[in-house]
Amino acid sequence: MASDVILLGERSEIKPPRRIARRGSLSWFALVTVTFFTFAFLYVPIAVLIAFSFNSARTGATWQSFSLQWYERVFSNTRILEAAANSLIVAVLATVGSVVIGTLMAMAMERYQFRTKLAWDAILYLPVIIPEIVMGISLLIFFATISLSRGIVTLVISHIAFCMPFVYLTMRARLADFDKSLEEAAQDLGADEWTTFRRITLPLLMPGIISSALLAFTLSLDDFVISFFVTGVGSQTLPVYIWGQIRRGITPEINAISTLMLLLSIVLVIVAQLIQRRQRT
Amino acid sequence: MLQVLRERRALRIAGLMAPGGAWLFLFFLIPLLIMAGISFLSRDRLGFPTFPLTLQNYWEIVRDIRFAPSISLEGGLTIRLLEGLYLELFWRSIWLSLLSTLVTLAIAFPVALFMARLPPRYRTLALFLVMIPFWTNFLVRTYALQFMLRSNGPINTLLRTIGLEPIDLLFTPAAVMLGLVYGNLPFMILPLYTSLEKFDWTMIEAANDLGADALRAFHRVMLPLISPGLLAGSILTFVPAIGSYITVELMGGGRTNMIGYAIAQQFSASANWPFGSAMSLLMMIIVTFAAVLYFRSGRGEYRNVI
Repeated sequence: MASDVILLGERSEIKPPRRIARRGSLSWFALVTVTFFTFAFLYVPIAVLIAFSFNSARTGATWQSFSLQWYERVFSNTRILEAAANSLIVAVLATVGSVVIGTLMAMAMERYQFRTKLAWDAILYLPVIIPEIVMGISLLIFFATISLSRGIVTLVISHIAFCMPFVYLTMRARLADFDKSLEEAAQDLGADEWTTFRRITLPLLMPGIISSALLAFTLSLDDFVISFFVTGVGSQTLPVYIWGQIRRGITPEINAISTLMLLLSIVLVIVAQLIQRRQRT
Repeated sequence: MLQVLRERRALRIAGLMAPGGAWLFLFFLIPLLIMAGISFLSRDRLGFPTFPLTLQNYWEIVRDIRFAPSISLEGGLTIRLLEGLYLELFWRSIWLSLLSTLVTLAIAFPVALFMARLPPRYRTLALFLVMIPFWTNFLVRTYALQFMLRSNGPINTLLRTIGLEPIDLLFTPAAVMLGLVYGNLPFMILPLYTSLEKFDWTMIEAANDLGADALRAFHRVMLPLISPGLLAGSILTFVPAIGSYITVELMGGGRTNMIGYAIAQQFSASANWPFGSAMSLLMMIIVTFAAVLYFRSGRGEYRNVI
């Protein structure tokens, strides 16, 4: 595979610089080798996990025979299905919430100048550089202080809080590229502000909104650390359930769930890529 | 008229900012402030915060620091000047996180460079291959790595089949390092790649033509231009590393303790909320300090060139 890449690499329109990693040179081969082993390092554990999710043996890593029994177990285990449902509910609500308020904030920050803008700029970056564990325990303390019992509500509140800055950053980048003259043209032609927003601004922002929604959805679905601290009995999300099972050492079903979650991630990546491509053309 | 317009403008800004601002204020800033407040409270019998105000929690962290110079050869050469339970915990966390960031960078840079130099069609494929682990659940990926390395996992089973002794691969500082690098690699590769993809290679040639050698061209031309990706990747690797909980538990079995894990324990098993809050606040200060320092150095580099 590596040699294929090198051969086909000749077609590149980027002219290789004189000294850094010319194709076919020693340093180029070094790059190919490092890249190959890095991808192997990233993918071998995942591939092994998928393979063993089809293994009929209960323990150990000895291959017995092909079996779908762990998948059957997953789909007949009500606790897993409940956890999956909780995860989906939280992810959908967190996505809607964070996309709406994040987009509005991005519009204000990109289009207007105001006194507290600099402070907000810093505050909106904070959740990105503060370790998840700190956010998790501070929310735990907060919900305990206001005696809000932990459950779906606290999960959704927390997920919106940590997804929103990422939506904001994505939308702000999109808004920076936004051609404002289109809005002005619409208003010159007699459209009122609401019509302009609905017919011009929103459709043009749609690709950005969709990709930030995908980002928020994935972030929410993947979160373990924050959810772990703000979840209650009976409102476990899927990652929190998986964590409990791994710690108890019960794993064959976990291999199957993990494979399913991996499949979902691949689907999401493909969707995101397709949206980006459509946007470019 | 102007007055009305100005008021309408202010109202619009307020309307757009209010929902998000209120949310961040209520569910991000206030919780952090309460946490900071609790770090100055005492603990009751169950480990929950209670009055009176005290500095005990911070004193606890530094109390046992002693001047005790020592040199040991176990696990490589270790030279120590100071000794102290929490001092060592903080030092180990910072050290392991920094080292894992450097190792991740050392692996990710050639990969990102290679990807950026691929023809567009293959670039999309390579990007896709990085995106999948990037978007896959961190817990699931760490679990996959742990599954591989278990005492009865595929690697050891393979060793046994070919007649070799199984080896203990998990529950060591090295295993934690491996887990951190494995988990964070995609978060380093992607931003680096984004910067490298935009890099105009003819700039290097220009530098060479103007008499710069490869090292100088890299340092003065390439580094400043790819520093946004470098900064983003390092922050996205260092911050989760120092606060890591999943990796410490799954790869280290809780034996190689790090700050994030120690904090979590104060809120579960051996409950002591005020003490956990104090440690959190200290960690936040360390991370923010590191981030500010790092961003400064990056900008300095940039100024140097312009």
